[in-house]
Amino acid sequence: MSDSQSLPRKLGLIVNPLAGLGGRVGLKGSDGIAIQRKALQLGAVPQSPHRAAEALQRVRSSISDLGIITYPGEMGEDEARGCGFAPMVIGAIKEGETTSKDTRNAARDMCRMGVDLLLFAGGDGTARDIFDTVGATMFVLGIPSGVKIHSAGFAVSPACAGEVAARYLQGRVTGYREAEVMDVDEDLLREGILSARLYGYLKTPFEERFIQGAKTRSSSDRAATENIARAIIHHMRETCLYIIGPGTTTRAITSRLGLPKTLVGVDVVSGGKRISADVNEARLLDIIDREDRTAKIIITPIGGQGYLFGRGNQQISPKVIREVGRENVIVVATAEKINSLRGRPFLVDTGERATDRMLSGYIRVVSGYDEEIIYRVADGTR
Amino acid sequence: MKKSVKLKEKTIVYPYIPNSVPSVKNQMLKEVGATSVEEFFDDIPEKLRLKGEMDLPKPFLSECALKRHVEGIISKNKDCEEYLSFLGAGCWQHYVPAVCDEINQRSEFLTAYAGEPYDDHGRFQALFEYASMMGELLDMDVVNVPTYDVLQAVATSIRMAARITGRHEVLMPKTISPDTLSKVRDYCKPQVNIRLLDYDSRSGQLDLASLKHSISSNTAAVYFENPSYLGFLETHGSEIAQLAHSRGAICIVGVDPISLGVLTPPIKYGADIVCGDLQPLGIHMQFGGGHAGFIATRDEETYVMEFPSRLFGITTTSVKGEYGFGDVAYERTSFAKREEGKEFIGTATALWGITAGVYLALMGPQGMQEIGESILGRAHYAMSRISRIRGVVTPRFSTGHFKEFIVNFDDTGKTVAEINEALLNHRIFGGRDLTEEFPELGNSALYCVTEIHTQDDLDRLADALEEALH
Amino acid sequence: MNNITKERYANGKPRLRRFHQAKWDEPIIFEMSCEGERGILVPDLEPAIERTAEDAISTLPEGLRRNQPPRLPEISQPQLVRHYTRLSQETLGVDVNIDIGQGTCTMKYSPKVNELLARMPKMAELHPLEPEEAVQGILEIFYKFEQILREISGMERFSLQPGAGSQAIYANASIIRAYHEQRGEAEQRDEIITTIFSHPSNAACAKTAGFKVITLYPDADGYPDLVALKAAVSESTAGLMITNPEDTGIFNPRIEEFIKVVHDAGGLCAYDQANANGILGMTRAKEAGFDLCHFNLHKTFSTPHGCGGPGSGAIGVTKTLAPFLPTPVVEFDGHAYHLNYDCPKSIGKIRSFYGVAPAILKAYAWVMSLGAHGLREVARTAVLNNNYLLKRVLEIPGVSAPYAKGKRRIEQVRYSWEELAERTGIHSEEIGLRVADFGLHYWTSHHPWVVPEPSTLEPTESFSKADIDEYVNVLRHIAHEVANNPDQVKTAPHNSTIHRIDPAALDNPAEWAVTWRAYQKKIHEDSE
Repeated sequence: MSDSQSLPRKLGLIVNPLAGLGGRVGLKGSDGIAIQRKALQLGAVPQSPHRAAEALQRVRSSISDLGIITYPGEMGEDEARGCGFAPMVIGAIKEGETTSKDTRNAARDMCRMGVDLLLFAGGDGTARDIFDTVGATMFVLGIPSGVKIHSAGFAVSPACAGEVAARYLQGRVTGYREAEVMDVDEDLLREGILSARLYGYLKTPFEERFIQGAKTRSSSDRAATENIARAIIHHMRETCLYIIGPGTTTRAITSRLGLPKTLVGVDVVSGGKRISADVNEARLLDIIDREDRTAKIIITPIGGQGYLFGRGNQQISPKVIREVGRENVIVVATAEKINSLRGRPFLVDTGERATDRMLSGYIRVVSGYDEEIIYRVADGTR
Repeated sequence: MKKSVKLKEKTIVYPYIPNSVPSVKNQMLKEVGATSVEEFFDDIPEKLRLKGEMDLPKPFLSECALKRHVEGIISKNKDCEEYLSFLGAGCWQHYVPAVCDEINQRSEFLTAYAGEPYDDHGRFQALFEYASMMGELLDMDVVNVPTYDVLQAVATSIRMAARITGRHEVLMPKTISPDTLSKVRDYCKPQVNIRLLDYDSRSGQLDLASLKHSISSNTAAVYFENPSYLGFLETHGSEIAQLAHSRGAICIVGVDPISLGVLTPPIKYGADIVCGDLQPLGIHMQFGGGHAGFIATRDEETYVMEFPSRLFGITTTSVKGEYGFGDVAYERTSFAKREEGKEFIGTATALWGITAGVYLALMGPQGMQEIGESILGRAHYAMSRISRIRGVVTPRFSTGHFKEFIVNFDDTGKTVAEINEALLNHRIFGGRDLTEEFPELGNSALYCVTEIHTQDDLDRLADALEEALH
Repeated sequence: MNNITKERYANGKPRLRRFHQAKWDEPIIFEMSCEGERGILVPDLEPAIERTAEDAISTLPEGLRRNQPPRLPEISQPQLVRHYTRLSQETLGVDVNIDIGQGTCTMKYSPKVNELLARMPKMAELHPLEPEEAVQGILEIFYKFEQILREISGMERFSLQPGAGSQAIYANASIIRAYHEQRGEAEQRDEIITTIFSHPSNAACAKTAGFKVITLYPDADGYPDLVALKAAVSESTAGLMITNPEDTGIFNPRIEEFIKVVHDAGGLCAYDQANANGILGMTRAKEAGFDLCHFNLHKTFSTPHGCGGPGSGAIGVTKTLAPFLPTPVVEFDGHAYHLNYDCPKSIGKIRSFYGVAPAILKAYAWVMSLGAHGLREVARTAVLNNNYLLKRVLEIPGVSAPYAKGKRRIEQVRYSWEELAERTGIHSEEIGLRVADFGLHYWTSHHPWVVPEPSTLEPTESFSKADIDEYVNVLRHIAHEVANNPDQVKTAPHNSTIHRIDPAALDNPAEWAVTWRAYQKKIHEDSE
């Protein structure tokens, strides 16, 4: 009864040949030409090529009739040919000297060529490059290859990436998720300051896991998210100030109220209206002081690491948290999100040890209507 | 001197426990690297361990002795094959075709559970066919894999209506089964209030004025039974449904499936949700242990998404022309989404669903029509014969009836209890005593007559009543 | 002389079974319909009855008479029997397969003598409203079985009314609600706490009963987290509903402390004993401090699962809570058994009449065939089987048993194929489909999946060492295939009754069809 897929499908492939270089040789992340050169000097072996190949093998064994569109040489052509594909090669690069600009060009070109899925091997940096170029206009899936992955949108392993990609292209996976794109600031990192920014959301295929195979139509996570929004709104009080952090779950709350939401920033809502958008710490403190009302923080864990504070919402600073008080921090998350943490606790890294300690322990998470989860919060500073 | 022979001291090896053979047990322990099974319970604190053995009755290890023991106990029962029974009131004696027992005794069906659409394809197909046949009987497109019984079916139907409409009140006549009312009071408590409507004391019919007065924009549903618990037929179904719909409420009707060969399915007069019990369709009474509740609706997403039960749908497989089955909208159920699901679901009554399907297939359209006519004929014959007895009024309500009817003994000077006691001497179980449940009906009993009662049986009843009363 | 037997073994071990499930490609029953055929005839109407029937029908109000006969199939009896017998062959019951793959369902052997007893007219032909003196036998069974459960659990009073486990859990939630209502604290106490590894019905039934549900996640070792519980309790706590051992097979050794925390907060504790099979005679609800408990007779007590029921649930409570039990209760006055309806505080009816009587009879007979020593043997053997299975499964590369490392398990284990899946991208469900090619079942886990790529296996005491070995050998074979010949696994099942279903239609309102008539309508709409 279902429509047959119009074959052949087109898979866009981008390999960042330098992703994952730093990890093995004790460097953190590998963006930036200087670091890369140093890593290669130290004898680092690039991770992404063979991981990309592994994923492609899986795709190959599942789908015979598939068109691959990729960039020359080490940015995908090598891996594709190595797996027995005859890819369409577009664009031009300087072998051995590829940069994030090449990734961006590749993404843009593949988008123009209308690929059904963009599969990339890289890390947070690569994800960011792709997001900056294509946004959420197409489906993207990451093959984990770098050291640090804060972003969501990556499969669990190269083999899994290949299988999910294949199933998606065969039309057997029709669900999707909005996956956070996060990137660590490299320069600050070398100064010893760990700071991550939330850049936006990639649209990534998501496989609902039930015996009968993938589910279609509305995602169950969406239903849970709607229920969370209902629950939060039900308990909202007219006079309270609500500091709402970034995330798709928190966005559902403002959507339900009919309000716009800063996708990657913090908004303040009160009396059913958005009274301030995309605020920074100073502005938040100002509003709290000025208004002299009860303030509550509504947040959801950001990124694949499960950070409640410290990654992507640093505007909600230790000072803000202390002003508001732990009892006024409301965490929202679907059960699915919590399960994706695989038993790891939520993490906090506000930059202030005392505040981190105050937040650690157990916290109530609103996971649906009249449903809560008790989950552990741990210190996430390194 | 004769040497006495002592029988060897035996370690008990249990027929149901293959690895109770000591040598096998030891081999397994060795492989696991344990010295005794006690090690496996290390996580159970000493303080919580039972010391010694439980104080349970001495077992009958041999099957022969066990059978004798249990048979000995149940032989104290008097069943409805040795006594002539006219009991109904929620459980009914209909003929159970041998094929129904044959199929539900098939050990594949009997011992299966929750396998996949592949390894349990037969189960899925049998249940799909059951739902399909019920669909024809009810003239509706969606029928659930059955729930525990009609009590649950009614309670769930009401909560479904509450979820669909977003409202919190259900209206029902005072004549509904007291057990159903009790169940609904408990089950619907968090979501729905109950308002009881008056009924016409002559005809038993739901009082439309009472309905008009009580219905409001807070009414999620109106529920009534047809036939009623008290046996009479509700003739104003379409008015009730219309009234409900005019206020945006859902109309729920409880039916007797074995009546639907001759009686019109409620969807024809406006019912939105239809429910009932499958027990009359090929399931033995089993002391009230053979019940199964069905719920049926139209094939609309709003309704389908509110079912707590499993719904089996048909679909294609990777081979052309091959039938496959699976769960429709599985994410509704609590298996998939824990507390976000609709109510809850668990093991219910699938085997009775399959049985009801077998029954309906055996009977076919003609059989269902004939059995309906037979039941109508026999019940009405009984009513006419009994009504000739001095002092006895039957039926108590002036409308039509199906298989159950009230016999009133007010003018006989005897209580129902006394009369039933007398009937026992004739090896007859008289109708259910209604004096406690429905005091306004006086000395009344609910009699049930089905296709199993021959004319002779009914004459015997009439004669016995005559004797008991005069 | 050909030695056939020799070919069936390799290195002294039996080769893998060359199974193929019955595959009849059976039409839907409506397709078998032939106009005029009859499956069974109804008793003739005597002349007098015929007259009253005609009368009755003609006096039926117009709107109530059925105009068109229902469009049921018309089939002769032999064809019907053949059709359903074929369908039964296409179903894998415990009597047919080594059903250790349906973990948490306790798929044990249902003794045939108990089936025989339950089908006797003295059980099957009883009407529940017969006078008490006519049903003393079955009331005795109810009463005596209740006494057995009292001893097994230590709880004071039981009701055998619930239709199965989930309905029993619901009944317990309703009792908790009634208890707090009686003390005027129902509004204040609106939260029930449970754990993510308890059966989903604990959460779902609590919610159905009107509670807010707080779910605890386990600690790093997979045990219920006591600190989390302490963070969860408050003056809003109505109770705790928990399974122990949980579905992972791990027994919570601090259960007493858990109960104390909830009691101190003013809540009640309900024990979901769905997993009781492994602890019969070892530990009880009472000593741990529970206020309520429930048993699944179709799990622990051997009554058959019937494709999904009928089962039977029993709830047990302390003396304080006994007045809230569903109505009626079965009592014995020293001479006779009675049904007591005088229960003013009762939560009312949970199910029709008194419970699933034939299941209660079977459960009683099962206990009486074993006795105290036998029940203990049931538990010990089930646990031995489970730990033996655990050891052998862990020898398979790519599978693990998360949590409680190095510890023994009780009744079942939730395994994880995470390592194999990460290496190969093959899901646990796909392994399950391949398992069907060997005539076996395989179950992953309740949702949501906390353990990744799960598989939950429960051998019970009914399966032999050879049975367990066979199951393990199949798993090992498939694990090997996943790594070396994944296509076989990805396109499974091959030897089952049907091939891979396309689930798309099942979630699409425009395409789903729960009945044949709905399906016909939608096909015809399509072709227009």
